[in-house]
Amino acid sequence: MIAILDYGSGNLRSAQRAFELAHSQVVVTNDPKICEEAQGLVVPGVGAFAACMDQLIGVGGREIIAARVAKERPIFGICVGMQVLFDSSNEKKNCDGVGVLQGEVDLINAPLLPHMGWNNVSAPSGSKLFQGVEDEMFYFVHSYAAKTKVPNALNTTCEYGEEFIAAVERDYVVATQFHPEKSGDAGAKLISNWVASL
Amino acid sequence: MTLAKRIIPCLDVAGGRVVKGVNFKDLVDAGDPVELAKKYGLEGADELTFLDISASVEERATTLDMVRKTAEQVFIPLTVGGGIRSAENVNELLRAGADKVSINTAAIARPQLINEISDRFGNQVLVLSVDARRADTKSGFEVTTHGGHQSAGIDALAWIEEGISRGVGEILLNSMDADGTKAGFDIEMLRAARAVSSVPIIASGGAGKLSDFGDAISAGADAVLAASVFHFGDLTISDVKKELAKAGFPIRA
Repeated sequence: MIAILDYGSGNLRSAQRAFELAHSQVVVTNDPKICEEAQGLVVPGVGAFAACMDQLIGVGGREIIAARVAKERPIFGICVGMQVLFDSSNEKKNCDGVGVLQGEVDLINAPLLPHMGWNNVSAPSGSKLFQGVEDEMFYFVHSYAAKTKVPNALNTTCEYGEEFIAAVERDYVVATQFHPEKSGDAGAKLISNWVASL
Repeated sequence: MTLAKRIIPCLDVAGGRVVKGVNFKDLVDAGDPVELAKKYGLEGADELTFLDISASVEERATTLDMVRKTAEQVFIPLTVGGGIRSAENVNELLRAGADKVSINTAAIARPQLINEISDRFGNQVLVLSVDARRADTKSGFEVTTHGGHQSAGIDALAWIEEGISRGVGEILLNSMDADGTKAGFDIEMLRAARAVSSVPIIASGGAGKLSDFGDAISAGADAVLAASVFHFGDLTISDVKKELAKAGFPIRA
């Protein structure tokens, strides 16, 4: 089973349907037991970092993520759901994240924000997540991003104004700054790559 | 690596059906919204926009249902506009599967609505739809309401700047002079809007022939929206993208 963490943020229905293309059992829930024990946990997220963190904390999301980390169970963060996995963000005010990924989330230095639309990424060799979709475009919509490569991880980068981290793969933690559930066939392939790795 | 210029088919919806007319008049049936959305998704649309042009209170449930069905079948970003008057309306649409919402009349009546939506959901969900036409105002362009029939008494460029400062993440600039004419986008208006906008601009109104799209992008549009040329089969999204690629613009193949 794949659980999509419902903490009131994100386009949960689209995420659910997109993951259902790759897996027969996908639930949207914030039940701690289901979220901790599912084969894979998806952490979505849309909106401002601090508001998302508040909502995540409100449903016990930090504890759920910590419990999965302790047992090395797969987690997939999407967009702000990726950002909250980092140590902190300075969007609007300084705010702590969950701290599963080392680094901070910062404003992208580009003349036109948000970074909105389809962009290429540069995936490192050996990426399981991007297998078969290395040269595809993915849908981004954000103004903030992590800019320093996460240590001991496969870092996929994107460039818009400057280089930033588009995706991270580190053992059981996977995260994308773009929205695979909104990235058409390329996104569907990426999701099925993750599901196949569970 | 370059951000692709987006091609966005717009589906004007009334009573659960896609409709199209000239200058918002003489509406004719153009099909089922979910079927058309699927078709455009397959043809390579980069996003989809639904505008509920009836936008009556009674039809909100119909719209939510349509958004839900579309989001379950089409895996590209979906913007929904029409009749949004509160942050709670936005919440309903996002939960049904919309990725962005566009607001227009309600923001003119109460600009604070922009702040309320942006503070709660972030500026990336909020598109300010500006129905503008040429007029004797400071910039030479004014905002209209009621489908271009009435002046809102606001300068269009000043409104764009105010919208951005209040928290919109994108501008949908619809030329009411060009809408439905198929005579090309209002290039001067796009250039003028580009000069004052720090967020992406979607050009709308006037698409007729292939070269119109590249002209809008050259004038500063980040995305181009069109309705009737796609609905009635004059052009396909693939035709437009091929033409743009040939002209050297970055597109998603």
